[in-house]
Amino acid sequence: MMDERFATGNSLLHKRDPKVKVIVAAAYITVAAISNSFAVVSLALALAFLLLLLSRLDLRQVGKRLLAANTFTLFLWLTLPLTYGGEELTRLGAFSLSVEGIRLAALISLKTNCIVLSLITLLGTSRIASLGHALEGLHVSRRLCFMLLFSYRYIFVIYQEYQKLKRAAGMRCFVPATNIHTYRTYGYLFGMTLVRSWNRATRVHQAMLLRGFNGRLIPLEQRTVASNDIVFLVIGLAITATVASIPFFYR
Amino acid sequence: MIELRDISYTFAQAKDPVLHHLTFAVHDKRIGIIGPNGCGKTTLFHLMVGLLKPDEGELLFNGKKVSTKEELRALRKEVGFLFQSSDDQLFSPTVIEDVAFGPLNLGFSPKEARDVAMKTLADLGLTGFEDRITHRLSGGEKKLVALATILAMRPKILLLDEPTNNLDPKTRSHLIEILLGLDLHQIIISHDWDFLSHTTSILYKIDHGHIHRCEENHVHVHRHLHIAGDHPHQHDPL
Repeated sequence: MMDERFATGNSLLHKRDPKVKVIVAAAYITVAAISNSFAVVSLALALAFLLLLLSRLDLRQVGKRLLAANTFTLFLWLTLPLTYGGEELTRLGAFSLSVEGIRLAALISLKTNCIVLSLITLLGTSRIASLGHALEGLHVSRRLCFMLLFSYRYIFVIYQEYQKLKRAAGMRCFVPATNIHTYRTYGYLFGMTLVRSWNRATRVHQAMLLRGFNGRLIPLEQRTVASNDIVFLVIGLAITATVASIPFFYR
Repeated sequence: MIELRDISYTFAQAKDPVLHHLTFAVHDKRIGIIGPNGCGKTTLFHLMVGLLKPDEGELLFNGKKVSTKEELRALRKEVGFLFQSSDDQLFSPTVIEDVAFGPLNLGFSPKEARDVAMKTLADLGLTGFEDRITHRLSGGEKKLVALATILAMRPKILLLDEPTNNLDPKTRSHLIEILLGLDLHQIIISHDWDFLSHTTSILYKIDHGHIHRCEENHVHVHRHLHIAGDHPHQHDPL
C-alpha cells in the first residue's frame, strides 16, 4: 500500500521540480478530459506514451495499473453500445449496438488511458510529500495541502486500525452474511474506525502544537526551480496548447 | 521550573474529578510516576504542558503563571513530551523531516534544522535513518525516532509517558542507556518497575486524585527464581 514504486528513479521526469510537473499535468489532463475530438485524445495518448518512454518506468508495473484502470472502461464497453441509443450499427439477437455508444466508449477508454498514463509519468515520478509541498508552493489552499500530506501519512495507520477491529471481530467468530447482524457489525467497525481516527487526529495535533507548530508547515527542502524546469514547463504547455488547438485547424 | 499549584481537573461527563487539589513541582532530576490505570497520570502531563486547562488552580513556569499563548509556547519549547503512541508523534513522511519539524518551528533555517536533526539522530545511534519512511519503522525504531524529534528541540525537561510499552528487551535497555546519558530533568510515567528503578531516583504515586512521594516503599533490587526470569519483566505492585 502506498509504496510509491514509481517515485524513485533518475529519469528526465524524475528530476523535474514537482511544481512544474503539477502545472503541466493539470493543463494536459484538462485538455484530454474535456476534449470531444478523437484526434486530440489519440494524439494526447500517443504523447503520454512518449512520456512513459521518457520516465523509464518499469513497463510491467505500469501495464498492471493500466489494466486496473481498464476494468472500469470494460464496463462501459459492456453497457454503452447497448444502451446509448441513436443510430443502429447492427443487431445481435434482441440487442442493438449503437454507433454513438461505441464511439463514446472508445473516446472514454482513450481518455482514461491517457489521463492515467500522464498522471503516472508526471505526478507518480514525485513522492507524495514533495507533491504536497509543491501544491503549497503553488499557493493551493494550505488546508488542502495538509489534507493530502496527512492522508498520505495516516491512511495506512487508519487501514491497520480497521484491520485490527476486523480481526477482533473475526476472532469472536464473526462471519459476514447478508443479515442485519452483519450490517450492524460493519456499521460499528466503520464507526469505531472513524472515532479512533478522530482521536488520533487530536493527539497528532497536540504533538504538533507541543513542537511549536503555528499553522504553517515549513519544508526542509527549499527547492529552487532550475532553468531545465522552466524549459520543461514551456515545452509542456506549448505541446498541450498545440494538442488542444487541433480541432480549430481541421474545421 | 514547572509547577502545578492546587490543580483540579474533571473529565467531561465524569462525576468525580480525576485530579483533586493537586500540587506538584519539578525540582528533582529523575522522577518516576506510578499509579493504577485511569488515575490521571497522562492527564497530569497534559496539564503540565497546557494541552488541558485545569478547572481550578494554576500552571507556573519559572515561578510565573502561564496564561498567554506566548508563555505557553515558551514553556513548550523547554518541555519535551514523549507520547505513549509514537504513531501520534511521527507525522512527517520521512524521519529527517519529522526530526527537523521542531527546530524549523523554532525559527532555525532549513540548513541549521537539518544539521541539528542529523546530530540528534547520531546521538541516539540512528545514523542512516534520516531518509526512512516513518510509518514503515518498527515499533522500537519509532519510539527512538520520536524521542529524537523531541530532543532536537533541546528541551530542559523531558516527560515520558509509558516509554517502554511494547519495546523488546534490546530497545528497552538501549532506551535506559540513552535516558541515563541525558542531563535534563526527566519525569517518567511507567508501570515497568524495573525500568523506573534504573532511570529514576524518586517515585511519586497518584491515587484518588492526589499525588504523594513514595518515601516508605523504595524501589530495590532483589533476586528470585521464575520462568523466563532472564528477560526484563515486571511484577504486580504490592
